[in-house]
Amino acid sequence: MAIIKLTSRIKVMERKPMSFMERIYLPAVFKGMAITLSHLFKKKTTISYPEQKRPMSDVFRGLHILKRDENGAERCTACGLCALACPAEAITMTAAERKAGEQLLYREEKYAAVYEINMLRCIFCGLCEEACPKAAIFLQNDVMAPPSFERGDFIYGKDRLVEPFPQI
Amino acid sequence: MSDWVVKFIFIVVIFALSLFIAMYSTYAERKIAAFLQDRLGPNRAGPFGILQPLADGVKLFFKEEFIPRASDKWLFLMGPGLFICTALMTSAVIPFAPDLMWDGKLISMQATDLNVGILYIFGVVSLGVYGILIGGWASNNKFSLLGAIRAASQNISYELAMGLSIVALIMVTSSLSLKDIVSQQSGWHWNVIYQPLGFLIFIICAFAETNRAPFDLPECETELVGGYHTEYSSMKLGFYLFAEYINMFISSAVLATLYFGGYQFPFISSMDPGIAKTILGAAVMFGKIFFFIFFFMWVRWTLPRFRYDQLMNLGWKILIPLSVINILLTAGFILFKS
Repeated sequence: MAIIKLTSRIKVMERKPMSFMERIYLPAVFKGMAITLSHLFKKKTTISYPEQKRPMSDVFRGLHILKRDENGAERCTACGLCALACPAEAITMTAAERKAGEQLLYREEKYAAVYEINMLRCIFCGLCEEACPKAAIFLQNDVMAPPSFERGDFIYGKDRLVEPFPQI
Repeated sequence: MSDWVVKFIFIVVIFALSLFIAMYSTYAERKIAAFLQDRLGPNRAGPFGILQPLADGVKLFFKEEFIPRASDKWLFLMGPGLFICTALMTSAVIPFAPDLMWDGKLISMQATDLNVGILYIFGVVSLGVYGILIGGWASNNKFSLLGAIRAASQNISYELAMGLSIVALIMVTSSLSLKDIVSQQSGWHWNVIYQPLGFLIFIICAFAETNRAPFDLPECETELVGGYHTEYSSMKLGFYLFAEYINMFISSAVLATLYFGGYQFPFISSMDPGIAKTILGAAVMFGKIFFFIFFFMWVRWTLPRFRYDQLMNLGWKILIPLSVINILLTAGFILFKS
């Protein structure tokens, strides 16, 4: 029966009896030990995490931030495009109308009274960032959502999302 | 101070030292394992993690003390105790340093100079397997029993080859006392030069006797869960693990004593028996011991475990015939020289 070759890279194993040097195993053992000994002096690959951190890429998509404009007013107008763009449906918001005297707080007449992102649902794809017409939401490249034992901790409201007031 | 007070202090010091070295062997093992695998190893408890053994000990003490209902309770309790007890007994005949001249008296740095020191070590080492056997049997667990049976057959098989390799050594030294054997190896006249094959057989058997990788079949996590200590928890498990490290320390000491000149170093004979000589000798001895402990770990993190039939083949079909040949060769050389 002809053997059908599925690939041209077949290597036929030669099953010949081991030579004397192979059968006493000790040369192979010493070779292995030399290899492990050389690793004793090699640079360790571990990064001691809390003290040392890996450099992050500029395009890393981490924790969200709701930006303010140059006057310190919130840019978000609660248009809902981010929530619509979100493939994981992690964003919910409630809109409200700006009252007189709040011009310094909110940039447009409409603003988000409640803005919540569920970080357990979020897949950090960055589509909200792309959808936003007001350049209000961004994914930071140096902050990640920290771990927690409570599920409730992962629903981020405005208190944790909005950029702090610029220090004057 | 009378003699027996000195002896008592010495024995307590050796006892404490064995425990201390065993304790830090666990740390060294983890560090060396890590370094050989390009990792850092434990480094959180204290600087460089040197408090890790204490943390491990505290952890083991606070673990639940569990005795299976189906087990033979008294034997179950006896197993670890017996194992650690025999492990600690072996150090009695090892000379750790040259005799100390103090107040015009020579103080021996050896708990007791038995004239059958090697036989004593063999006797105690072969008792050691009872700790494993009893513990494994009393657990009333299939895995434990298999581990215990493996330990017993492994120890019996390798003791033969070990004993035969020692016979050739005794033919060279013509003494069974460890003190005589060490004092014969002054300068560079280490027994390993006269008995290279015997040394090779002895060290392979020492690995098997201490149940260290590549011969750790009695534990064998991948096949037998935990082997003979599957059912053990808390400090009873700690005793088993600890005794393994004491065994490693003792067999390193025996290896250094029998084949690598013990406390002997090249210019030792030109020194007066004083504190300096004793301390230097002890430092040399412990240097050799630590090298062998490192060697044990180095081998463990290099070689994979033997299969059981390979283990038995190696023991019965290779090591025993080899050690018989070694005896014949040694006898031939002695006859030829005289």
